[in-house]
Amino acid sequence: MTTQTVSRKTRAPLVSLSAALPWLIATLFLLVMPLVFTSNSALTIMNQMAITIVFALAYNMLLGQGGMLSFGHAVYMGMGGFMCVHVMNYVEDFSLPLPLPLLPVFGGLFGMGMALIVGSFSTRKAGTVFAMISLGVGELIAACSVIIVAFFGGEEGVSGDRTYGLPVFGVEFLHQIEVYYLTAFWLVLSALLMYLFSRTPIGRMANAVRDNPERAEFLGYSARWVRFYSFVASGFFAGIAGGLFAINYEILTEENLNLATSGSILLVTFLGGVGFFFGPIIGAIVFTLLQTVLSLQTEIWQLYLGLLFVATVMYFPGGLAGVLMMHTLPIRFGKAGLLVGPYFKTLLPALACIFGAVSLLEILFHFRHAALGDEEMTLFWVTFNSHSPLPMLIAAIATVAGFWLARRGAPELAEAWHEANTPNAPQGGAA
Amino acid sequence: MDLILVNLIDGLVTGLLLFMLSAGLTLIFSMMGVLNFAHASFYMLGAYFAYQISMVLGFWMGLLIAPVIVGVLGALVERYGLRRVHQYGHVPELIFTFGLALLIEEVVQFIWGKDQMPYSIPEVLNFTALSIAGNAIPAYKVFMIFTSVAIFIALLYVLTRTRVGMIIQAALSYPRTVEALGHNVPLVFMGVFGVGTALAGVAGVIAGPVLSTFPGMAVVLGSIVFVTIVIGGLGSLWGALVASLLIGWITTFAKAYNIRMEDILTGIGFEKPLEMSENVFRDLWTITSPQIADILPYLLMVLILVVRPYGLFGKRDA
Repeated sequence: MTTQTVSRKTRAPLVSLSAALPWLIATLFLLVMPLVFTSNSALTIMNQMAITIVFALAYNMLLGQGGMLSFGHAVYMGMGGFMCVHVMNYVEDFSLPLPLPLLPVFGGLFGMGMALIVGSFSTRKAGTVFAMISLGVGELIAACSVIIVAFFGGEEGVSGDRTYGLPVFGVEFLHQIEVYYLTAFWLVLSALLMYLFSRTPIGRMANAVRDNPERAEFLGYSARWVRFYSFVASGFFAGIAGGLFAINYEILTEENLNLATSGSILLVTFLGGVGFFFGPIIGAIVFTLLQTVLSLQTEIWQLYLGLLFVATVMYFPGGLAGVLMMHTLPIRFGKAGLLVGPYFKTLLPALACIFGAVSLLEILFHFRHAALGDEEMTLFWVTFNSHSPLPMLIAAIATVAGFWLARRGAPELAEAWHEANTPNAPQGGAA
Repeated sequence: MDLILVNLIDGLVTGLLLFMLSAGLTLIFSMMGVLNFAHASFYMLGAYFAYQISMVLGFWMGLLIAPVIVGVLGALVERYGLRRVHQYGHVPELIFTFGLALLIEEVVQFIWGKDQMPYSIPEVLNFTALSIAGNAIPAYKVFMIFTSVAIFIALLYVLTRTRVGMIIQAALSYPRTVEALGHNVPLVFMGVFGVGTALAGVAGVIAGPVLSTFPGMAVVLGSIVFVTIVIGGLGSLWGALVASLLIGWITTFAKAYNIRMEDILTGIGFEKPLEMSENVFRDLWTITSPQIADILPYLLMVLILVVRPYGLFGKRDA
């Protein structure tokens, strides 16, 4: 009892500055971004990023916080989006006074409804069984979308017009920039809500159930219901992402429901890191940038993405966020400087190795798949003949040499890493 | 009656093909507790390797060599990939195999391109074996049936009658005890993973010519295979067999007989609405069984999971 009263007395104020600061910075950042990148294509990319962030955060409520791996989460986003387009059209036909900024709520509610139905039988087990059910349900609904034309619109999907209703405070959502601020508003709101959800008792219990369901049951919590609540909440936010998608693109098709979309959100979330709340945000930003930049540069960008993903799963299960957070300890000990030298010694050759390997792949790909007679290719601003052995030789040498140098530098890096993670010699007493 | 027989044979071919994939998958699952998401990708690799080999050495050498290569690849994946990820838990393992499936598809596209491969039935088997009331049964189908049944019997024999099979079975249930008795359990795991993927490779070799060899073939069959072993009960070999045949027959019969929803609904006593274009249930009225044949396995899975969460033959805590 005493500890409780003490803790109540010394409890921090409800919202401390240090907790609110990241949110304020993020909001400010979102407000300023369109002033820096003013072009329409930049706005499109940022909108896409924002939608992916909301979706990835919703997905991480399952994967990272609840320990449930879903292969069919696109369903909830897609269904929310489809519903929003229908609401959009309905409001237009009957000229109902529903302002556009409120539309994602409908998407969220519909996604939640779907999650209620599916979650009632899929959350009985976590792990493999849950993953398989989510896959089956996802495939089922994706296949249904071609058959049930009334709701899904068949192969061409359903489309709407976001400029349907009365202007909201004079804004008609004709321009990208208006849509951007609408999306940014929902991004901040839903990210904040999801963060707060993870702090509630039910969010905490989701972590407990993820780590040890048996023990959570002994504490008196039903693991199944805890999973169910997480699942439903995640469905709601996925639906909001779907609503934002509907507002941005004004069209939804079968593609929004299928396994490829579900798989790519898993990729995004895992690349970003499932262990931290902000992991999926990093993942969504990096993934969208990679997708936009790489797909313009190379035809085999998905191969690189696959390689990156498999490498992440094998060597950095914490994802990008995990790698970043690994450095908090050295920084706290004031020893981060120790790492700089070894990092340069190892990562520069590793970079050379990667560039070499990429060049090799590109040359090979061009060699095999380019049109007959097309022997000229440009790679890293150098134009050469892909059929001559010299470029391939250079690329191979870069790969092997880079790999060898990186390997040689690795023990030193490991040493420095170990050193940086050990606190300074304690005053007396064994370490 | 004759048509039923033809459909039974067609369904059997599909079912046995599914079984070759699901048998390996379920064996791997019951051993390591990990569902190999990339299993269908190994099936695809089998088809592509066999095509490449058949260009030089002919179909039969492809049938012999390709599964071996696929099996060795599978064993390598287990040794250097899965075993590494194993320490992080089951969910990362599943994510790893998912990533592997993506990667294999991309690699296949990198090497062979996006087009369909001209991998075809060998000349020897390109004739009509028998015909039932005017419906021709190609010899290749008979060959497929016999190959899969032969492999199944061989597998059953090895698993239940030989010393190696005994060790595998023991390692499935009590890996620690088997290890304490002096057997190399990690090696057994690697071997079973290799054999499981090799089985998928065989399925790919013999299915490639009929179901066409293209980069999407893994995705087409992949999720159906998972549905199969979920319906059969995770980890149950007999369940996998029953579920494979069930799915094979259900989809074949649904495609062969044009059952219309309209007839069923009017048969129950519903009145068909006159104005269809604005009716909310218009899609329900126009559904026909060939149209939904491909989603029937998923429907079956959802139904079975609601009624019997551990599948047809699964144990309670599978």
